[in-house]
Amino acid sequence: MTSIFDSLQITFSGLNLDLMIVLPAIALMGGTVIFLLMAVNALVAVYFERKVSAFMQDRLGPMEVGILGFKGGKRFWGGIGQTLADAIKLLVKEDILPNDADRVLMILAPFIIFTGAFLTFIGLPFAENLVISDFNIGVFYIVAMSSVGVIGIILAGWSSNNKWSLYGAMRAAAQIISYEIPIGLSLLLVVLVAGSLNFGDIVQWQADNRWFIFHSPFSFLAFFIFFISIVAETNRTPFDIPEAESELVAGWMTEYSGFRWALFFLSEYANMLIVSIVASTVFLGGWLSPLQMFNVLPEAWLFLDGPTLGLFWVFLKAIILIFVMMWFRWTFPRLRVDQLMYLCWKVFIPFGLANLFFISLWELLF
Amino acid sequence: MGENIFLMIAGLVIASAFWVVFSPNLIHSAVSLLFTLFGTAGLYVFLYADFIAATQVVIYVGGILVLIIFGVMLTNRIDTPSIAAGSANQFIGGIGAFAIFVMQIGVIFNTPWQIGNNQSRETTVDTIGKLLLNEYLLPFEIVSILLLAALMGAALLSRRN
Repeated sequence: MTSIFDSLQITFSGLNLDLMIVLPAIALMGGTVIFLLMAVNALVAVYFERKVSAFMQDRLGPMEVGILGFKGGKRFWGGIGQTLADAIKLLVKEDILPNDADRVLMILAPFIIFTGAFLTFIGLPFAENLVISDFNIGVFYIVAMSSVGVIGIILAGWSSNNKWSLYGAMRAAAQIISYEIPIGLSLLLVVLVAGSLNFGDIVQWQADNRWFIFHSPFSFLAFFIFFISIVAETNRTPFDIPEAESELVAGWMTEYSGFRWALFFLSEYANMLIVSIVASTVFLGGWLSPLQMFNVLPEAWLFLDGPTLGLFWVFLKAIILIFVMMWFRWTFPRLRVDQLMYLCWKVFIPFGLANLFFISLWELLF
Repeated sequence: MGENIFLMIAGLVIASAFWVVFSPNLIHSAVSLLFTLFGTAGLYVFLYADFIAATQVVIYVGGILVLIIFGVMLTNRIDTPSIAAGSANQFIGGIGAFAIFVMQIGVIFNTPWQIGNNQSRETTVDTIGKLLLNEYLLPFEIVSILLLAALMGAALLSRRN
């Protein structure tokens, strides 16, 4: 698997430029692409979420707002104006810092969270050969970088000097650290069977054998543990106790407004995309076509399995997972803190450990 | 190119380490530690130790630093933004630090450093795994039992009765 970084470097090496210029230029290009992806992702995901909520709960607003004279109403673009208006509003909104807040940390915190999400994208595969930089330790790198955001959340909550923020930050930190364990245990299952931490190798293993979710009963279970844990990790309903509107106003984001709040928002939706892409790559075959797996007209459908369509399949799988996460949000009520901890420590972790044990036996026997 | 990046990372590590020590605010020290630990992970990358670098971020940044900040926030009055760092025991601490400094200088000058050609960028995970589960299995298991005992001790201590 060659990465974008490597191929750009090969392309530029023909120009006989100094490495001192080429490497920063490539890094800048990669960074711009990631930033654009994050921004577009947030815009589209917010629109998607509004529409999903409107369909599920008969909300009127998100179906109506038009754009530039086009009336919305019950048409497919209804509500699209709201997203653009929101984005512009966030950028021009007054940026408020409370008097008694810790100014340095309050300014720094959103950037730490954003950096965590941004760094994760570097190792994330979007298709075969479509990864910014291909790491040998891909899965582990993603787990490592996504753990950086917690510090930003704690700092945001503490530096705001607000009770709600602090409670929200405490809850968020406890929740994210706890749910990292079942996530790690489920990913370990895949690493154990595939024998590699590299995303390319894991997908290649799935191409040679079968999708990981269908590998054994244990990996089937592991996928659901992983999926529920990533919903908790991204602080979404029913696990949104860190920003529970009815108890904590907006949790650790209470005192933020304007651009810095937009950064939180951007990272939150970016994290959703990241975890969904990881789930679809690791468990659902990544850039492999589902049609080939079910053996529907194997010869005729082969053209749907090329490298260009890999991007389509990865995003299709990820968007389906994101849709399920939104479905959760508009269907389930919020858990209590103790229920959340019970679910993680007394259900997911024992099951994850047992899973790990049984998959080792399975690998020995079959 | 590589040398410049190395100098930048090393500078970041040293500068943030200074701020960890000299910052009057304990939380600011902890945040500064974030940059020190992250920079150290960058130094590991320069040694082609990618796995160790990621482990550094997972354990120190994602785990221990969060615990430190949690501890600071829970043990002091958390409604005031400035939590002052105490400066008692400077003399005893100074002696300890100086002893460690002398030891480290001794180690640095007595180690035969390998300065050679570029190493190949092969994955280190395989080697680490094989060594841990073959040659160093006993120490590995002993350490894990020690950690388990510490975990159970902490759970026991934090119980109310």
